[in-house]
Amino acid sequence: MTTTRRDFLAAAAATAGAAMTPDLNHAHQHGHEHQAVPSDPALRVKALESLLVEKGLVDRAALDTLVDAYEHKIGPRNGARVVARAWADPAYKQRLLTNADAAIAELGYGGMQGEHMLVVENTPKVHNMIVCTLCSCYPWPVLGLPPVWYKSAPYRSRSVIDPRGVLREFGLDLPADVEVRVWDSTAELRYLVLPERPAGTEHLNEEQLAALVTRDSLVGVAKVAPPQAGASA
Amino acid sequence: MNGVHDMGGMHGMGPIQNEKKEPVFHEPWEGRVFAMNRAAAAWHKWNIDASRHAKELLPPADYLRMSYYEKFYAGLVELLIVSGLVTRAEIESGKGAQGSAIATPPLTAEQALVLVAKGVPASRNLQVPPRFQTGQRVRARNIHPVGHTRLPRYARGKLGVVDRDHGVFVFPDTNAHFLGEKPQHVYSVRFAARELWGEQAAPQDSVYLDLWDDYLEPA
Repeated sequence: MTTTRRDFLAAAAATAGAAMTPDLNHAHQHGHEHQAVPSDPALRVKALESLLVEKGLVDRAALDTLVDAYEHKIGPRNGARVVARAWADPAYKQRLLTNADAAIAELGYGGMQGEHMLVVENTPKVHNMIVCTLCSCYPWPVLGLPPVWYKSAPYRSRSVIDPRGVLREFGLDLPADVEVRVWDSTAELRYLVLPERPAGTEHLNEEQLAALVTRDSLVGVAKVAPPQAGASA
Repeated sequence: MNGVHDMGGMHGMGPIQNEKKEPVFHEPWEGRVFAMNRAAAAWHKWNIDASRHAKELLPPADYLRMSYYEKFYAGLVELLIVSGLVTRAEIESGKGAQGSAIATPPLTAEQALVLVAKGVPASRNLQVPPRFQTGQRVRARNIHPVGHTRLPRYARGKLGVVDRDHGVFVFPDTNAHFLGEKPQHVYSVRFAARELWGEQAAPQDSVYLDLWDDYLEPA
């Protein structure tokens, strides 16, 4: 393992230097602290794409398809529909909590970075929130790609040690008697929070319910606001 | 490895910046580097664990300073070079070496849609006996592997209870280094917040981690 790691490390140092920093030697002498942020990642990425296409390593149309899928087709509206169905249909909710993969597939969702799903239910006494302290694992099929804050050092570092403080920063002050459960996505399980259905929504249909559900509530850093409170994050 | 990526419980990272109406990609290049990562992975020269480890091996100061997609770029370039798909000279010049063969991309647009819809399951349909049972008290081992691991430092040596058995999955610690999948059970293990953080934590709060057999011992 050590040899492999050394190879990795040598390549990483060489690559990070060659690709991201014009002045690797200078940076090394000073223990990296003067390495510049790449001045123009757009140009470097464009050059890499040209190279990979030229060598036949990637197909440009495949790249377009992948970007389009996550920019336009897959996002938190999917997760919102799952939650709305669970609120509207108790049998579906049971299936969702016991076999999330199959229940989510009933609505046509699933796939990359959501191959193994688990849904955790918020109640008046239990609040769940999701994090990935080691990288940025996130349930793509139901939430899309993660927002910057989810991938950021502040969220990743603090969610496990100070979840209540993090939630307060999101505007959610939980009573002391509520149990907070933090789910650190350390393996290939991906989590979705089933938020509490807000009061005053008995008359709403599934589509109207889905419109209330925000991305942040599906990660567990917010509650779903009742309709009269207006739209939120 | 005890890297800066293993952030759980660290202090000093500042407040959370919640951008309203955030776009999926802030710049077009972010989408391109995201897509290139997926398309190049279709060569099967590396796996998701090796891909994560490539980012962990970035110098710590760079890791903290770079944006998510800058890390994607740096990790991808590293994997491309280590795997032999491209050379450093080609990255530097932006051009393929003279006379080098032109390959056929393994991922077409149609196959990309299938990849998105099907994913790449890490579970393995194998009869591997579980070492632990639901409800059993376990201790996360106090180990400090120099390579890739998914056992965060903040849980090592701590007592927890197996909440459920997720089934059999590829083991990242070996898979990241191309030493085999070593399939084994993964469990959701509940750790009381006070076991992890002491009296400052609320008594009823907890953190659940998904941990492999090799990370656990009976307690």
